[in-house]
Amino acid sequence: MTIGKSVTLLLIGTAVVVVLMAASVVYGYTDTTWKGVYDSFTAFNGSNEHLVIQTVRIPRALIAACVGASLAMAGVIMQTLMKNPLASPDILGINSGAGFFVVLGLVMFGISGNQSITWLAFIGAGVAQLLVFVLGSAGREGLTPMKMTLAGAAIGAMFSSMTQGFLVFNEAMLDQALFWLAGSVEGRSLDLLLSVLPYLTVGVFGALLIAGKLNVLSMGEDIARGLGLHIGFTKIVASILIVLLAGGAVAVAGPIGFIGIIIPHIARSWIGLDHRWLLPFSGLLGAALLLVSDIAARYMIMPQEVPVGVMTAVIGVPFFIHIARKGEKSR
Amino acid sequence: MKAFRPLHGAVSLLIDQRTVFKIISLFACLLIVFIASAALGDIKFSPVVAFQTIFGFGDPFQHMVVYSFRMPRILVALFAGAALAMAGAILQGLVRNPLASPDLIGMTAGGSAAVTAFLAIFSDKSNALTVSIGWLPLAAFIGAAVTALLVYMLAWKNGLSPIRLILIGIGLTAAMKAVTTMMMIIGPIYQASKANMWMTGSVNGSSWSDVLMIAPWTIISLVAVMMAGRHLNMQQFGDELAIGAGARVERQRIFFLVLATALVGGAVAFAGGIGFVGLMAPHIARRLVGSHAGGLIPATALIGAILVMLADLAGRTLFLPLEVPAGVFTAAIGAPYFIYLLFRTKG
Repeated sequence: MTIGKSVTLLLIGTAVVVVLMAASVVYGYTDTTWKGVYDSFTAFNGSNEHLVIQTVRIPRALIAACVGASLAMAGVIMQTLMKNPLASPDILGINSGAGFFVVLGLVMFGISGNQSITWLAFIGAGVAQLLVFVLGSAGREGLTPMKMTLAGAAIGAMFSSMTQGFLVFNEAMLDQALFWLAGSVEGRSLDLLLSVLPYLTVGVFGALLIAGKLNVLSMGEDIARGLGLHIGFTKIVASILIVLLAGGAVAVAGPIGFIGIIIPHIARSWIGLDHRWLLPFSGLLGAALLLVSDIAARYMIMPQEVPVGVMTAVIGVPFFIHIARKGEKSR
Repeated sequence: MKAFRPLHGAVSLLIDQRTVFKIISLFACLLIVFIASAALGDIKFSPVVAFQTIFGFGDPFQHMVVYSFRMPRILVALFAGAALAMAGAILQGLVRNPLASPDLIGMTAGGSAAVTAFLAIFSDKSNALTVSIGWLPLAAFIGAAVTALLVYMLAWKNGLSPIRLILIGIGLTAAMKAVTTMMMIIGPIYQASKANMWMTGSVNGSSWSDVLMIAPWTIISLVAVMMAGRHLNMQQFGDELAIGAGARVERQRIFFLVLATALVGGAVAFAGGIGFVGLMAPHIARRLVGSHAGGLIPATALIGAILVMLADLAGRTLFLPLEVPAGVFTAAIGAPYFIYLLFRTKG
């Protein structure tokens, strides 16, 4: 893959994301036009259309882009770290860990407010990531990728079943919590995004900084050690980045599945294995996929909306099955 | 099929005496848990009173509490636990992987998805169901069966690889969860909270008519599994050995899968998606009586029943006046146990 071609792909990706964000602002239940969007910036007149654009649609498009990008990049880092093509924040239980802690806070301790939700999500993601990390490196060999996937599924099942258990305590919260748990970028305020944005930014730039080290790590630990990479340190930094990216994304949008697993695969097949290109490109593709899913979610059962987490599952499951079937052949 | 006919010596259970003794002990445990469940709750009785009431010697109030409120749910817990555990034992034997269980390969999630879909589709605006609730078990069964079929078909690629089966199961579980969420959001809020209980797994609100449906379902399946036990033994050896020994591997595998689906469908229909029982019970049973199907199946069924009854007892006594679904407890114990198993098994 030449540098020129990679740059071209990144530019195309950026253009696609920009177009999709614009489309996400324009299309939906309330009819708006491209001109209306333009006017709402240049000549805001307080009309219903302009209000919808400024307070609902634009935050929504921004949130979808940020969350999609974060999840996809977290997926890339995880797959490299675990040497597991099926690793991703949702399959390994990171998302449901964050979800559990947020619901625990909301329902049991009456915690509310953006900052506290953000922190709860980080704590949950951190706990789950720690579990995954310990499980993946315990013993001499650690768990095989296959077993890691299973352990992650078990952790996820445990967290989500406990989440449902706590919802029983507070039925009034159920409806609200359900929509959050399904994963959605609708009705989230810009403030929530802004309170998470610093962490996501650190996550994104941190990921780009350690991209070179991830390249070395992906050659296998023995080679990486031979090349002078401090493996333990790299792994810990990578884990922290995963927590920042996945935890931040969950704090804003709830647990949205499958972005973290399918995007890295698509991105790899287009731009190659070099993490310095792979990470930003995955970010763009992740943003694009979540934007598309979100737009589709508005039209599926109009006038109601499908949670976007359901949409990504619809797109993601066939892909997951494809990888699972293909993975067997190479073994 | 010739193999299932209990004629010309086709039934050979081969249970040794120690296993019989252990199974009897397990049965005694089951009875103790049963009486404890009947005695404990919002209103407490002494074990003796509970015992007398079960046999019809209590006063009318005791009789009402035990027979109208507690017995149905205890029995549903018993049968659902036994059914899920047996399904787990069958699946673990079939895919020769100690990590298989009905919830991991998506059958439970499929059943739950069908139940929520049923509740959402057949509810009118005032939350009333437009068709009889009696169809619900059928919906759960169809959901579990369709998922099992899908998993089996998608995992099929020049034969069945256990690992692929489980991976595809994980994928389909996610798909089914998405369907469930979707249905809960489309449906009215009241149904959503009901469906939420269902997904976690709870025997709250069971009635005698539930018991009358789940009991024969489970018992017939138990008998069928016991009769076909020796084929299950064969399956555990692996395809090459089993074919070499003259077993019709694929045909028997499909039979066992149907049986496992029937068991899961029945359990999910009446008790919801109680997780990890199908995983834990067979392991505990195997440690007690070894992996021979003749002893393993009844021991597994008893342990599964005890586990779910205990989880239900804990759920309705620990956090009074609130009720915690039994599935929360089984998951809280089951998931760590599962991870422990992952470390122990080689390869």
